[in-house]
Amino acid sequence: MTQGPVQNERAPVIEPGYTLGSVTDKISSIVLTRPTSNAWFVGFGVAFLLLMMLLFAIAYLFVKGIGIWGVNAPIGWGFAIVNFVWWIGIGHAGTLISAILLLLRQSWRNSINRFAEAMTLFAVASAGIFPLIHVGRPWLAYWLFPYPNTMRVWPQFRSPLVWDVFAVSTYATLSALFWFIGLIPDLATLRDRSEERWKKIIYGMLAMGWRGSARHWHRYETAYLLLAGLATPLVLSVHTVVSFDFAVGIVPGWHTTIFPPYFVAGAIYSGFAMVLMLAIPIRKVYNLEDFITERHLQNAAKVMLATGLIVAYGYVIEAFMGWYGGNRYDAFLLWNRLHGPYSFFYYMLLACNIVIPQVLWIPKLRSSPVWLFLVSGVVLVGMWLERFIIVVVSLHRDFLTSSWGMYYPTRWDWMTYIGTIGLFLSAMFLFVRLLPMISIFEMRTLLPEAEVKE
Amino acid sequence: MKRTGVYGIMAEFDSVHTLLHAANRVREAGYKRIDAYSPFPVEGLAEAIGFHHDEVPLVVLIGGLIGGLTGYLMQYWISVVSYPVNVGGKPYHSWPAFIIVTFEMTILFAGISAVLGMLALNGLPMPYHPVFNAPRFAFATKDRFFLIVFSSDPKYKPTEVRSFLESLQPRSISEVPD
Repeated sequence: MTQGPVQNERAPVIEPGYTLGSVTDKISSIVLTRPTSNAWFVGFGVAFLLLMMLLFAIAYLFVKGIGIWGVNAPIGWGFAIVNFVWWIGIGHAGTLISAILLLLRQSWRNSINRFAEAMTLFAVASAGIFPLIHVGRPWLAYWLFPYPNTMRVWPQFRSPLVWDVFAVSTYATLSALFWFIGLIPDLATLRDRSEERWKKIIYGMLAMGWRGSARHWHRYETAYLLLAGLATPLVLSVHTVVSFDFAVGIVPGWHTTIFPPYFVAGAIYSGFAMVLMLAIPIRKVYNLEDFITERHLQNAAKVMLATGLIVAYGYVIEAFMGWYGGNRYDAFLLWNRLHGPYSFFYYMLLACNIVIPQVLWIPKLRSSPVWLFLVSGVVLVGMWLERFIIVVVSLHRDFLTSSWGMYYPTRWDWMTYIGTIGLFLSAMFLFVRLLPMISIFEMRTLLPEAEVKE
Repeated sequence: MKRTGVYGIMAEFDSVHTLLHAANRVREAGYKRIDAYSPFPVEGLAEAIGFHHDEVPLVVLIGGLIGGLTGYLMQYWISVVSYPVNVGGKPYHSWPAFIIVTFEMTILFAGISAVLGMLALNGLPMPYHPVFNAPRFAFATKDRFFLIVFSSDPKYKPTEVRSFLESLQPRSISEVPD
């Protein structure tokens, strides 16, 4: 965290002219003194309505059972798994930015890591709903965990579904801890800057008495660095384990060794798209262009371009193995993707994930927030389609023609999916209003004033 | 420890350079019980106040080892001893399949140890602390830097400490009540 100020010929990480005081005031005033705008209320209201729709859809699901969804034999994993994988993938960019870029000493991350971590947390929360509600008897979802019980049965640890329970719950726990630890010094800043007593008390309780002692900072930095070191293999393992849910099965289109790296790359791809879709409006609305500069947008676009090409490589290998592998079921899967009833979505997927994002090679478009926002939206749609293709198209026509079928999502599927977007956005709206969305103390370390000359 | 009614003498500094310089000078003058406060982590400040032993890595190592062992032994005991089930002819002790949960448990326990260990070693949460009474200490989380010599220091003599701190170009000096 204590990298010195960055001298770079490209756009700066932080515009010149800021001091320790002005950085602190600018970020903390968004939370403490800036009046809540009508636009915030409208945006939060819409997101909250969608969240209510989610609760309604889930309540009805609990009353009627999963028959209200489009899932049936042979497609037992419909929207629930598609959305689960989509959301958990989006979360990965937050951990990548906060942990991996910290280890790589990429100090530009300091202005986007906080809200990217918040994004991770809310995306994992949205993802976590799906496996719990799709089990059919959600009130028994705790059976997923190993606990001593009177039935004297235990989970079966050779199953990827059990690995997934451990991977996702560890990921959710560590993401929350990492985010909270990062917040403690900033909560102390808010405690000391608040005018009202009740704000002082609330932020004070959350800051736990942080006073910035050199001993505390030393242990804090050690713990933070170690957490980053732990989160780095963790984030790579989470989507690997998610891909095992598929790859360990023998269904054509799932049973491939390319899945783990291609899932991880796809996760980071969609995650950076979501980071951009959040960062671009936030920096505009809250006038944070000095902190989230063109450099950040450019770097995020480059990461998207790189991971998008890894994903494209995954598609090419899948198709190549279908053609070259000599397995008739794999060959049919390829034919079915290109010519079957869902072929439109496969071509859409290729357009959204491979063709359209290539415009980011053009420097002019890469530095245009509007273009980046649009391309990010396209990537998010594309990555959702990818999971739809993997789940639905693989299952709907497997080995026996007699067990072929079609999958049509119902209105309840759509309400649940769009409802989780409401959950995600409601949480984001509350976050930007109540907590510092940019890490204040890490921004301070980027200033010339923080440079230590010996 | 005799109670003097004074917790220590606090000097306030404008910049990280003067703070670092002052911290080094105070340590070199033989004061042992001192602390420094800054709004961001400062490289070399912990060493300047004579803090070297950071036990957080050890706590994390122990937590990770406990997590990994717990994860593996739990799976072994469940799959081999308590509830052996033949799944596709795989051995009860399918160690390659157990690696993933072992790994996740290692990370989980190590991560929780890092957070709780750091907080516990720092003595947090501690909502009240005498240094909060120092004038303008609220700016320690914004743009001011502070250095304190605690009254429990063996060399502590109020007038000497005060005059020594005054020679280090502070912005202000104050007594912190206990």
